[in-house]
Amino acid sequence: MEVCLAVPGRVTKIEGEKAEVDIGGIRREASLELVSDQGVKIGDYVLIHTGYAITKLDEAEAREILKAWRDVARAELEG
Amino acid sequence: MSPAPSLKDEAVVSLFSKYRDRDLVIKIAERIAEAAGGDPLRIMHVCGTHEWAITHNGLRDLLPEGVQVVAGPGCPVCVTPGGEIDALCRLALEQGVAVTTFGDVLRVPGYKWSLAEAKASGADIRVVYGISDAIRMARQETARDFVHFAIGFETTAPTTAIEVIKGPPGNFSVFASHKLIPPAMEYLLESGAGIDGFICPGHVSTIIGADAYRDLAARYAKPMAVAGFEPLDIMLAILNIALQRKRGVAEVYNEYARAVRGPGNKVALRAMEKAFKVTDAYWRGIGMIPGSGLGLREDYIKYDTAAKYGIAASGGERMPEGCSCGEVLLGTLRPEECPLFGRGCNPEQPVGPCMVSIEGTCAIAFKYSDLKLRSRRP
Ligand code: SF4
Repeated sequence: MEVCLAVPGRVTKIEGEKAEVDIGGIRREASLELVSDQGVKIGDYVLIHTGYAITKLDEAEAREILKAWRDVARAELEG
Repeated sequence: MSPAPSLKDEAVVSLFSKYRDRDLVIKIAERIAEAAGGDPLRIMHVCGTHEWAITHNGLRDLLPEGVQVVAGPGCPVCVTPGGEIDALCRLALEQGVAVTTFGDVLRVPGYKWSLAEAKASGADIRVVYGISDAIRMARQETARDFVHFAIGFETTAPTTAIEVIKGPPGNFSVFASHKLIPPAMEYLLESGAGIDGFICPGHVSTIIGADAYRDLAARYAKPMAVAGFEPLDIMLAILNIALQRKRGVAEVYNEYARAVRGPGNKVALRAMEKAFKVTDAYWRGIGMIPGSGLGLREDYIKYDTAAKYGIAASGGERMPEGCSCGEVLLGTLRPEECPLFGRGCNPEQPVGPCMVSIEGTCAIAFKYSDLKLRSRRP
């Protein structure tokens, strides 16, 4: 209910512009209208804000940043 | 259709929810120290969720001497003018309209009332999760007029835009109090607030895109990084800003690429462009910031609460008497330095808006401060 919070949820069902998303075990309805050009599919993660998906989360980019964090730390070790 | 991966699939879940690794955080802190080279580095963020993540994870304590991260005006509820809150209370009390809004707006003091006080006096004030809930209520209760108090930055504005474009029922209107972040950043840079770089807000950036800050970074020669909300996201953003400064460049690094694309969310931006025109807006505690607000365009004026009920735009940028939220919002005063912090002002009895919203810098500081314990003692 707070204005600026957005939480990740996994899409479990899609019906037209409405999706059912799983947010940490709780199912909620979310609108896909604002991500209509992002090809959201069942199983994808989206960020949800006040009942609307605002962006699809990109798994490849998530893996990239995990690697970037490790690389930064490693660079320090090698130094 | 292949079945969706189960939530038990740790690898997938951890990609989006568990970027926490203390050892890595500490190593990155060491690299920040190297990159800063002992020179003072003052970085501002403009996002309540970043403030929460920084305070909750104790990141300030891990930063090297001289490297400072300060909170700017990143709480939309906190910068909503008191006069707007009063106007909506009056509308609900005197004209019997139902006012819908987000939960953390309720207890924010206007000058005369808060919406919670109006509610206690019999006004129909309802908390909604989003604007679509408000519209659903309006469709169900056609005999009543509904006003949605639409607060929020670029993250929330597209939700208002898309509903207004779709055409809500005639008994529904929007009091649009949305605000834009880049003009506020520019205002802060212009005001010479001594900021060396910005951590750009993650959720706002999903909409406006990382490219939206490029012009500001270049014109003011300030390094910037869009960051996510895990400790490592924020630490890497700080490291990047420190490294940019060391190399003498001022770019926008998109650390949060898993959620933010360069051009942003085109569908959302198109909806905003269609529904809104850019206006000047009052930020409570700060003042008028040119080009930082959104007003409904002529085509949608019938959904504009201010036009429908003849509410004059009010300044109302003062903070309540004795409250230092203005300085807190500009990052020039830490909440702990406010004489009222924890002594007369706490989340149960807030004096200023920064202590009300869970995104308010004072509320976040209080939650993690020793005073919390002390002030509760009899
Ligand atoms: S502690 Fe209370 S009075 Fe002081 S700045 Fe924060 S909200 Fe305002």
